Amino acid sequence: MNVDLGKYASDVLAAYGVGIAVLTVMVLAYVFRHRRMSRNLLDQESKSND
Amino acid sequence: MSIWEYANPKRFMGWSGTVLPWFAVLAAGLLTTGLVWGFFFTPNDFRQGSTVKIIYLHVPSAWIAINAYLMMFVCSLIWLIRRHHVSALAAKAAAPVGLAMTLIALATGALWGKPMWGTYWVWDPRLTSFLILALFYIGYIGLWSAIEDRDTAADLTSVLAMVGAVFALLSRYAVLFWNQGLHQGTTVTIADGAQQENISTVFFVPLLLSMGGFTLLFVTLVLLGTRSEVMERRLAVLRKKAQIL
Repeated sequence: MNVDLGKYASDVLAAYGVGIAVLTVMVLAYVFRHRRMSRNLLDQESKSND
Repeated sequence: MSIWEYANPKRFMGWSGTVLPWFAVLAAGLLTTGLVWGFFFTPNDFRQGSTVKIIYLHVPSAWIAINAYLMMFVCSLIWLIRRHHVSALAAKAAAPVGLAMTLIALATGALWGKPMWGTYWVWDPRLTSFLILALFYIGYIGLWSAIEDRDTAADLTSVLAMVGAVFALLSRYAVLFWNQGLHQGTTVTIADGAQQENISTVFFVPLLLSMGGFTLLFVTLVLLGTRSEVMERRLAVLRKKAQIL
């Protein structure tokens, strides 16, 4: 295991921080939108069937 | 059964719902393994020091940034030729992922560039073509939301996707076209069916895992996004029907 980042630690950690943050936000946005659409579609379909 | 039947919205919702969890689990597994291996279990480079660890984010995100646009180009062509709605929606769903990957590639590249080149940014051919690619992604997403009629939006964005594909290819081959840039050559090359490694195996294996993880994540998000788009269209149709009745 090598976690000795030396004098470039701030650059490496910033790169991982930015990368992982953008990936996380993107995944959450896609998942939440999919959930919202599924819920809205189910609601609308049940209304249409009434 | 013709392959085009899988693009039927109802059939698409069926098969994509089945494969989606598998892709998601595989993407999470590969991505985590690649990044953890790369960050914690690879040595520092004798010249670049620990900044070499940035390649596990930079190279895969750049790879997806370019290929996402090429995928949008193919989907746009399919829409224009065969009028399959799912292909236009898949291109639409891919754009935000492509933009996010382009931004990651630009940000991680800048953070690597500062200690190695002495500057965050330089008007190098590859960096500049990547910035233009990001602008094309923004324009593409903006154009979709600016046009109310969905088919017209799909037509116009398809044309934009085709124009932008030139810049996606340019980003890929910029280091070959112009030699005056600072950006080094391709990290991973595949030529004549044989894999040529430009980096040591100790860095290459986790990089390959990370690239696989990013690719599967891209596929997962495009499937998820396309499903959301299909549901949104169905919802719009149902609401319109309810208003009429």
